[in-house]
Amino acid sequence: MHAENRTIQSIAPALQAREITSEAITEACLAEIAAKNPTLNAFITVLADDARAQARESDREMNAGRYRGPLHGVPLSLKDLLDLRGTTTTAASRVREGHIAQADAPAVARLREAGAVFVGKCNLHEFALGTTNEDSAFGAAHHPLDASRSPGGSSGGSAISVATGMAFASIGTDTGGSIRIPSAACGLVGLKPSLREVPTGGVVPLSPTMDHVGPLCRSVDDAALLFDVLRGAQPGGLRPASDARGVRLAIPRGYFFALLDQQVASSFDLACERLRNAGVIVDDADIPHASDIAAVYLHIVLAEAAAYHAKTLESRADEYTQPVRLRLEMGRYILAEDYIRALRGREVLRREVSAVLEGRDGLLLPSLAVPATKLGVSAVRVGGLDEPVRNITLRLTQLFNVTGHPAVTVPCGATVEGLPIGAQLVGHLGRTTELLHVARATERYLRGIGG
Amino acid sequence: MTIKIWLHNAVRDAERRNLPQLRVLLETLARSTSALRAADWNEDATGEFEANREPDAR
Repeated sequence: MHAENRTIQSIAPALQAREITSEAITEACLAEIAAKNPTLNAFITVLADDARAQARESDREMNAGRYRGPLHGVPLSLKDLLDLRGTTTTAASRVREGHIAQADAPAVARLREAGAVFVGKCNLHEFALGTTNEDSAFGAAHHPLDASRSPGGSSGGSAISVATGMAFASIGTDTGGSIRIPSAACGLVGLKPSLREVPTGGVVPLSPTMDHVGPLCRSVDDAALLFDVLRGAQPGGLRPASDARGVRLAIPRGYFFALLDQQVASSFDLACERLRNAGVIVDDADIPHASDIAAVYLHIVLAEAAAYHAKTLESRADEYTQPVRLRLEMGRYILAEDYIRALRGREVLRREVSAVLEGRDGLLLPSLAVPATKLGVSAVRVGGLDEPVRNITLRLTQLFNVTGHPAVTVPCGATVEGLPIGAQLVGHLGRTTELLHVARATERYLRGIGG
Repeated sequence: MTIKIWLHNAVRDAERRNLPQLRVLLETLARSTSALRAADWNEDATGEFEANREPDAR
């Protein structure tokens, strides 16, 4: 395997032992960017010179015996919604032309302190308000396995960069599924931590009560490492791959399985069978108000986004892409009383998710109801119905932004066309590390490489 | 404000602002708002609908 396609946990010991240099793996990532970015459009800004300088400095430090930890010298990409000092944070919008970040976002500062090398800023759905990455001032991003399809979004460029070896991992944001959707669509592990475990300062907001920062990467181990750094903890690593026997998971049925692509359903069922064979206790559960999730989510996300964008919509409306502008305008008509109703609904849903988790280690459900969708389509056929792409892609992820519970997507098979499918594990509020232990114990059964 | 009146006013305002494309989105939002208002957690000043109130919420 080429170095640029390995996990961070596997490359870090080689960097520390000086068997490989940061400069070499950074050059390898930059070569992948040069070769693939013209067709995939994963990056808005490539920081080749800065990355080379950072890599050389990392090598100097490691050669001198100053090892910062497993991220030292590792090339990462950032969604272009996070501030990286001295670079433009475009949010994929012409509205932010000329903006230069004066400081790193706190989450980015922690990565820098851990020795990460930043190769560039990734494409996204404009202002993170969309799930396909089509509406971007810098053009659509394309799925690495089929350029006619979307990589998912809004962190679509981030997912492409990791899936193709342009970076070892990427840092994205997730307000309705924007880390988990592209991770599932591109065959990656994607973590949305519990609400407020990772700081969102220096990140262009979409919906401040639902915005989360987290990693898109190649393994649960890498997700745990990046999560530790992002939350300001020493990377502790996970327990050795424990036996999955005795892990208790609940599958929320009803709403979550009512609209599901047949191949997604089959792959998920097979993964459940592998888990049961490995001794995982899997039973069914019910979220009584699941049918209200979309209404609650919509009234919170649009109202909060409209509040942030109102002033700019008055003065520079034409600089937004038209679909994003219209969705933001839509939010300006939401009444205060309906926003309050949605906040009450959030509390009901939060209690129901927490209640289902009682006595269990996690929830298990598909991450994305359909495989990667075609670019340029507004609806997909699922279960005999034409469903809007936005609704169907958010359907299984947005609940955990509303409630704040941590959630991670892990690959669990592929369609006959080879398009990745993801399974989602959801943990207890404020206990993301425990969720990652569960994901670590079940990862090989979900992926179908064991059990 | 009823949803019917809200939608009428919103569409009229959007047209006044030269955003007629908003009509379809506002109609979608109106359906979503209807669902939100019909949810059983909503309070009622008569005090008769308290099923989903958290026990220690007062």
